[in-house]
Amino acid sequence: MNGANHTMLEIKNLRARVGGKDILKGIDLAVGTGEVHAVMGPNGSGKSTLAGVLAGRSEYEVTAGSVTYNGRDLLGLDPEARAREGLFLAFQYPVEIPGVNNAYFLKAALNAVRKHRGDPEIDAMGFMALIRDKMALLDMDQALMSRPVNDGFSGGEKKRNEIFQMAVLEPKLAILDETDSGLDIDALKIVANGVNALRSPNRSAIVVTHYQRLLDYIVPDFVHVLSDGRIVRSGGKDLALELEARGYGWLEAEAQPA
Amino acid sequence: MSTETQAIQELATREYKYGFVTDVEAEDFPPGLSEDIIRELSSRKGEPDWMLEWRLKAYRTWLTLKDPDWANVRHEPIDYQAIIYYSAPKRPKSLASLDELDPEIRKTFEKLGIPIDEQKALAGVAVDAVFDSVSVATTFKDKLKALGIIFCSFSEAVREHPDLVRQYLGSVVPYSDNYYAALNSAVFSDGSFCYVPKGVRCPMELSTYFRINAQNTGQFERTLIVADEGAFVSYLEGCTAPMRDENQLHAAVVELVAHESATIKYSTVQNWYPGDRDGKGGIYNFVTKRGHCRGANSKITWTQVETGSAITWKYPSCILQGDNSVGEFYSVAVTNNFQQADTGTKMIHLGRNTRSTIVSKGISAGHGQNTYRGMVKIGRNAANARNYSQCDSLLIGDECGAHTFPYIEIKNTSAQMEHEASTSKIGEDQIFYCRQRGLSTEDAVNMIVSGFCKEVFRELPMEFAIEAQKLLAVSLEGSVG
Ligand SMILES: Nc1ncnc2c1ncn2[C@@H]1O[C@H](COP(=O)(O)OP(=O)(O)OP(=O)(O)O)[C@@H](O)[C@H]1O
Ligand SMILES: [Mg+2]
Repeated sequence: MNGANHTMLEIKNLRARVGGKDILKGIDLAVGTGEVHAVMGPNGSGKSTLAGVLAGRSEYEVTAGSVTYNGRDLLGLDPEARAREGLFLAFQYPVEIPGVNNAYFLKAALNAVRKHRGDPEIDAMGFMALIRDKMALLDMDQALMSRPVNDGFSGGEKKRNEIFQMAVLEPKLAILDETDSGLDIDALKIVANGVNALRSPNRSAIVVTHYQRLLDYIVPDFVHVLSDGRIVRSGGKDLALELEARGYGWLEAEAQPA
Repeated sequence: MSTETQAIQELATREYKYGFVTDVEAEDFPPGLSEDIIRELSSRKGEPDWMLEWRLKAYRTWLTLKDPDWANVRHEPIDYQAIIYYSAPKRPKSLASLDELDPEIRKTFEKLGIPIDEQKALAGVAVDAVFDSVSVATTFKDKLKALGIIFCSFSEAVREHPDLVRQYLGSVVPYSDNYYAALNSAVFSDGSFCYVPKGVRCPMELSTYFRINAQNTGQFERTLIVADEGAFVSYLEGCTAPMRDENQLHAAVVELVAHESATIKYSTVQNWYPGDRDGKGGIYNFVTKRGHCRGANSKITWTQVETGSAITWKYPSCILQGDNSVGEFYSVAVTNNFQQADTGTKMIHLGRNTRSTIVSKGISAGHGQNTYRGMVKIGRNAANARNYSQCDSLLIGDECGAHTFPYIEIKNTSAQMEHEASTSKIGEDQIFYCRQRGLSTEDAVNMIVSGFCKEVFRELPMEFAIEAQKLLAVSLEGSVG
């Protein structure tokens, strides 16, 4: 769609293993600036692994391939450097951090990013002003801000908190790992709104999901199907509809190496 | 090992930054302990006979006692004859003003960030600075005097206010109390004394700063704080020592007395040298601290942040004798590398409607071993006594340990007790989550640890809460797990 754009993320022949098992078996994927890519695929096919490798999770061992992010070698950066360079992962399972105030945590994160960019640190007052709109956008309950990060949050609240963090941090590349699972219909719309609000010609997103439902709201430019550690099919937004109707079986059969 | 674990391990290994040695001429005693040494010490300090007699009784008692062996700590036997029991920087007999202070010692305290010039002092904090065995400077003395508050070195108190000292010394921690208290009573060299008269609210934080400088010396200071009826005082104690390969002994005694409706807040930020990364050297911190809520409606709060020392053995306690009296204990104890801590409190409820609160936060990293040992005793006459205890342990890494030994003794059935305990670990997934949001591993650990400790930090006076937080960050540097 936006073929003329420069490539924000370029993944070449990426292979990764965890616990002695090969999970990613040669991924090639290019995400242009301004594009939204959906990644679908059966359970255990490696979607979260791909997201984790891109974010720099240390238990995944990259055995081959390269990832270039805005012209830089992404795999050579530590996780915090990737985050400060604008890569954001909305976790499939957001982590609870008891004792650490949610607003305080996010302010610290924002300031880490700002510092990296050479922007002045934002104080508590400035921060509260800045998050007011984003809280409204995501219909965030004020009470969640003063509670410990994700601690005791419901499944849906955790997911919403992830997208709220994303809205505040304004990443260049957002990777959403099954952000829709566990959300009720209303919450799904709100979260999709939050993601769409961030859509712009200079931001990109990779949206991992199992359901067309989310893609009704966040309309992707491309859809990829991951199966057994490989991308077995890529297409436009219609591919997701086809998957919804036919499942993955036919693709997996096609993908069997001869 | 994952990078998170590595980073956590690295965090735990930062250098101790207070480990320098000051070059001052000192008068030392020969090593070893005997009645002669005690007589010499007492006469050197120009003490009255009753003081010497008390010391000698303590010494004779000490000879009959045995090192306690019940604590969950391990160390080589201590050779009490190898310790120097008195070391004092040479100086004029008494300082006419702070300007006469040895510039080297002044520099030391400046390096430590302890203001002993009154004009430069932290607003609202009066400081008594103890260097090796003697008190070298007390600031704001005159301002306090105008309110009738006595705040001076212990030696000075023995000379200038003997009646008060005689009345209260040993009244909370008798010299026969335990092995280290007896030793301290025999050889204590200096410390701080504070008396706040009836109805007076001390307008500033009082603070004593202890510094061990000389080699092979023990530090045996004694603190006595008395708050008369309706008085209020908040007191802070801080400590550091140079890095030395040998272990040095610090055996202090602190006694607090709160009369009717009086309040004493006693806060400690303990950062004695903890030994090196392999567990060599460091201070043995064997301390007896006890407060006596003597009058009705009195209150004593102990707040401690213990990050230093190779071994910590201390149980700041409250005897709740007055009806409606309140005892509180808030503690953060950190053990990293090969540090060991066996610490906690005793709340002894004697009066009616007495209440106590215990909040203990133990943090273990590296090979650190952290033990909470707490006792709550409800006496026969303590109707409607209440206790709330909360003991939380945070583990960083896989090689450290946390242990909890609560003891409860109830002789009055109207008592209400509540006990909560938890153990958690800083997980790699938590660290990764923080890093994915742009925070460094160090910042992530500090944030989680501060969150874990905040109930205790908020009990500290503001300036010191910030100081304590920084200290915690430094002591855990290189420890993430
Ligand atoms: N630490 C680990 N040790 C061993 N195997 C692992 C580990 N982490 C992931 N795996 C395996 O890797 C495979 C891919 O997992 P991944 O989480 O990437 O799948 P997914 O496509 O995100 O699945 P889902 O749709 O269920 O979220 C799975 O078979 C999983 O069991
Ligand atoms: Mg997944």
